[in-house]
Amino acid sequence: MKFTLSWLRDHLDTRASVDELCLALNRIGLEVESVEQLGAALAPFRTARVLQAVQHPNADRLRVCQVDAGPGIGEVQVVCGAPNAREGISVIFAPPGAYVPGLDITIKAGKIRGETSNGMLCSLRELGLGEDTDGIAELPADTLPGQSYADFANLDDTVIEIAVTPNRGDALSVHGVARDLAAAGVGTLKTFLAETVEGVFASPVEWAISYPEACPWVLGRTVRGVKNGPSPDWLREKLEAIGLRSISRLVDVTNLLSIDLGRPLHVFDVNRIKGGVLTVCRGGGETIRALDGRDYIVNSDDCVIADGAGVQSIAGIMGGEATEVTDATTDVFIECAIFDPVKIALSGRRLGIHSDARHRFERGVDQALPVAALEAATRLVIDLCGGEASEVVSAGTQPEWRREASLRFRRVAELGGLAVPPDECVTILGHLGFETLRRDEDSVTVAVPSWRNDVAQPVLLDPDPGLSAERQAELVAKVAAIEPECDLIEEILRIKGLENVAPVALPALSPVPAAAISPALGRVARARRVLASRGLMETIGFSFISHEEALRFGGAPESLRLLNPIAADLDQMRPSPLPGLLSAAKRNAARGWPDVALFEIGGAFDESGQATVAAALRAGRTPRAPGGGGLPMTFAEAKADAIDLALSLGVAAEALTTTADAPSYYHPGRSGALRLGPKAVLAWFGELHPSVLKEAGVDFPVTACEVFLDRIADPKRRRKNAPALSPLQPVRRDFAFLADKETAVESVLRAVRGAERNLIVGVSLFDVYEGPKVQEGSKSVGVEVTLQPRDASLTDAEIEAVAARIVAAVAKATGATLRS
Amino acid sequence: MSDDVDTLRQECLAALSAASNVRDWDAVRVGVLGKSGRLTELLKQLGRMDPEARKAAGVRLNKLRDELGKAIEARGQEIEAEALNARLAEERVDVSLPVELTERGGVHPVSRAIEEITAIFGAMGFSVAEGPEIETDWHNFSALNTPAHHAARTDQDTFYLPPSPGGPNVERVLRTQTSGVQIRTMLGQKPPIRIIAPGRTYRADHDATHSPMFHQCEGLVIDREITLGHLKGCLIEFLRVFFGKPNLPVRFRASYFPFTEPSMEVDIGWSRATGEIGEGEDWLEVLGSGMVHPRVLANCGLDPSEWQGFAFGMGVERLAMLKNGIPDLRSFYESDVRWLRHYGVDPLAPAMLHEGF
Repeated sequence: MKFTLSWLRDHLDTRASVDELCLALNRIGLEVESVEQLGAALAPFRTARVLQAVQHPNADRLRVCQVDAGPGIGEVQVVCGAPNAREGISVIFAPPGAYVPGLDITIKAGKIRGETSNGMLCSLRELGLGEDTDGIAELPADTLPGQSYADFANLDDTVIEIAVTPNRGDALSVHGVARDLAAAGVGTLKTFLAETVEGVFASPVEWAISYPEACPWVLGRTVRGVKNGPSPDWLREKLEAIGLRSISRLVDVTNLLSIDLGRPLHVFDVNRIKGGVLTVCRGGGETIRALDGRDYIVNSDDCVIADGAGVQSIAGIMGGEATEVTDATTDVFIECAIFDPVKIALSGRRLGIHSDARHRFERGVDQALPVAALEAATRLVIDLCGGEASEVVSAGTQPEWRREASLRFRRVAELGGLAVPPDECVTILGHLGFETLRRDEDSVTVAVPSWRNDVAQPVLLDPDPGLSAERQAELVAKVAAIEPECDLIEEILRIKGLENVAPVALPALSPVPAAAISPALGRVARARRVLASRGLMETIGFSFISHEEALRFGGAPESLRLLNPIAADLDQMRPSPLPGLLSAAKRNAARGWPDVALFEIGGAFDESGQATVAAALRAGRTPRAPGGGGLPMTFAEAKADAIDLALSLGVAAEALTTTADAPSYYHPGRSGALRLGPKAVLAWFGELHPSVLKEAGVDFPVTACEVFLDRIADPKRRRKNAPALSPLQPVRRDFAFLADKETAVESVLRAVRGAERNLIVGVSLFDVYEGPKVQEGSKSVGVEVTLQPRDASLTDAEIEAVAARIVAAVAKATGATLRS
Repeated sequence: MSDDVDTLRQECLAALSAASNVRDWDAVRVGVLGKSGRLTELLKQLGRMDPEARKAAGVRLNKLRDELGKAIEARGQEIEAEALNARLAEERVDVSLPVELTERGGVHPVSRAIEEITAIFGAMGFSVAEGPEIETDWHNFSALNTPAHHAARTDQDTFYLPPSPGGPNVERVLRTQTSGVQIRTMLGQKPPIRIIAPGRTYRADHDATHSPMFHQCEGLVIDREITLGHLKGCLIEFLRVFFGKPNLPVRFRASYFPFTEPSMEVDIGWSRATGEIGEGEDWLEVLGSGMVHPRVLANCGLDPSEWQGFAFGMGVERLAMLKNGIPDLRSFYESDVRWLRHYGVDPLAPAMLHEGF
């Protein structure tokens, strides 16, 4: 919503400066978006007088003028090409350095065809002010040289743009803004009184309504014998100052009142209306060419205005071309109606039309204003275009807008935190148009003004479907009882000023606050730190990726495909953060950084819902170092990331098993699963499948893991037993098993560990060998076992017995034998 | 015998000083003091002497044994020290060689900001609540008094998903705000309520200052006697601690949100020219807030004449950008390792108030 300071002063008697006005506007909820000094662009231009103008010696069309530019510049020579540049006239002078908006050039001092020229004499078009191109602008002869032209021409107005929140349709008018400012104490509201114009004949056009849900009330009247045409300067300038285009007197009248009073109007050319009746009705699939020159198809939800020939206007949104007023219009019919905000909003959205009328109707217009607004419009039309007015015609009735709202004065402090004396509450409400109906010591009941559609609205709830019908009805009653009061408190506080509400610390719920995060969130936080400590950089990627990418990573159900993606490659909810990490690695490689370690913790989506997954990816090679490094990333790095993370999150090492069955986007021979027990998969890890890398356009090694954080149980708070700290030395023995090449080493280690639970406290692999020294198809697995005696040192016989049990257990589990 | 003793002494001392390694030294030791060493032999002869002679010879021989023993010991230590010095010289390396370090990764500035926000609100008794990112229309909009014709519900702002298979036949949305978490909290727990809900949110908007995915942190306080004064106290405190500016100017401006009444936007003081928070004459909007609308309470089954409170919401990226001077929103999601190294936070940096930020 834009308005000029002078327009505001039409409605507000104030001495406040622009800064004071802006502060007040911000304070009361009419946020100032911009303040523009209209004259700012004209600052360098000044009035001047041509003292002498002689023919340029070297150019037929140029004149050399001696110009009095007034104090500070004095007399200068200017070469000018305008035919009207002559001695004695008063002109607009641009000194060197001035930017000329209409020409988009900056004036320089110099010589034109050998004659010095120290500035420019300007036309209004060159100043961006008008269309007149017949030479330079001539100012009144007695104009004093050296004045600011903007000052001289009263072009130093200020344009203020405010953001009006959707609840405040009443503030989409200069009068409404002035009312709020007056209530906030920065001036006095000037009363709007429309002058009644008596009708002298019966309107040849009448109204009918067949869609009362969309239009309860419509008024109109004909003015005949008008002369349309370009608007006078005052009207054109007023509209242009706030960025509106002046079209014609009749159209400009509607735009003027739309801004001035927030009252959208429409004008029809009476002689282009077929039949004598305009009907407000539902659309029926017709096509209408609107005033913007586009064709729209209106359906049965849309409210339209039709004559004998068909649909002529999209009601409350935009008029039609076929009945628009032109310079040839002699008789005009003015429409002034009330439309349902929701219907206008839905139609406007579906048709994609953004108009000032729609903007106001969908936010709610003054329900009582149509009669006065129609009088004001009629008066303006007659003033500007002549003619005479018909009687007013109407259909429907004024909607029942009268509502009451009550306020218990103590509630201003109880909800708003600021005790405002009852008299002041009543005064503020009064300034805003809420007239007191009843008042006692504790409370006041006011009438809601016709323009405040946001206060004391009928209560519409959309309650939790789980609530019983009785409870729902009870809650509707509770809201109906309290909401109007909240509305009034909001008004009082914003006018009184929120800065007056004293900040209060929240009362403590307990002397020491409890933990702020759940164990599950604690795991996420810890996972983040563990992975970052392992050298991985945390990233955040979009939760949607391309459908094809998701397919490659194992899941792209249609139910998780966005219906309105912002881009074709961002249309599928990701099955894992991993594909995003791969894309990120690719982008980094393209920038020359192929060796990256990245992780992301976030949502992974499938048809059963959303899981929290920590995905880590290492791309490229290990750092080069003397004597080594520069090796491609393998499954081992990913497995280490996954296991370290699992252990850090409280998973017991002995609870983890590894199986070689990761999803298909991993390398089938170099990937696996970490399982908690036989079923639950805690993590996938491994090198990515070469064909997945190829499809992604990645030509460097990539290894990754995905850890399902939701599958880790909350830690149980248990007291730990005291540790058995034996005074006896442990015994260490090495074993070399000859196992089948396909045997999983983990099964050997597991068998060793299980062979003697009381004594074995450590099992570690120290060697795996395949080659000429072992038979074909076999491998040697070297294991170090640590035995911890409990009560007495182990005898050789006891150690031998344990060794035998270990060998037997391994043989039973894997078929491997002790290597001789 | 005395000649023997003198000879032995001289020869032994000479041999000792000639010995340059442990083996030679040990040969001297064994040759003199060993089982059949020369001094040992002389000592053995003492037994065959008459008492007078034995006494005199004994004194001399024992003296010699002490002397040579000490000399051998001393020379042994010398040789050992020489050997150690030689070995140490041999083992010298270039300690300026770079060593392999575990490369330290980093925590994303958005995660970091959420940790800091959580720490501050945690100290004020808030706990963190979570909810799904794919929401029902009711949780995301209807329950929040955002009627069906509200501009926020057009395609332009909200991402829609098809109905859940096996679920009700209604379109689902990617949450445009984390307010659904507030709704779920009010449905699931009796007041008093004091929660924050940080998380990913989505809007169908993509340009230099909008990302289709971003992070919000909303908060909700419900109790019997919570006023707008508490709202102001809580948010002013938060902003001042978060930005580390005890005197940060904070301004509350009346505004409108469908789910609060009164509603207000919250600005902090800053300098447009330098970007410095808390300095200068300009204001920057950082938060939306308000007293929870009676309809929202009622939609969640709470009696609005009994319960009241406030809610607020903030953009996490925006706060992180302001606090860390990060210029471009889009860089948050580009995963450029150079950017991540620059703005990433050490994983061991404390994120608890008592340790300081």
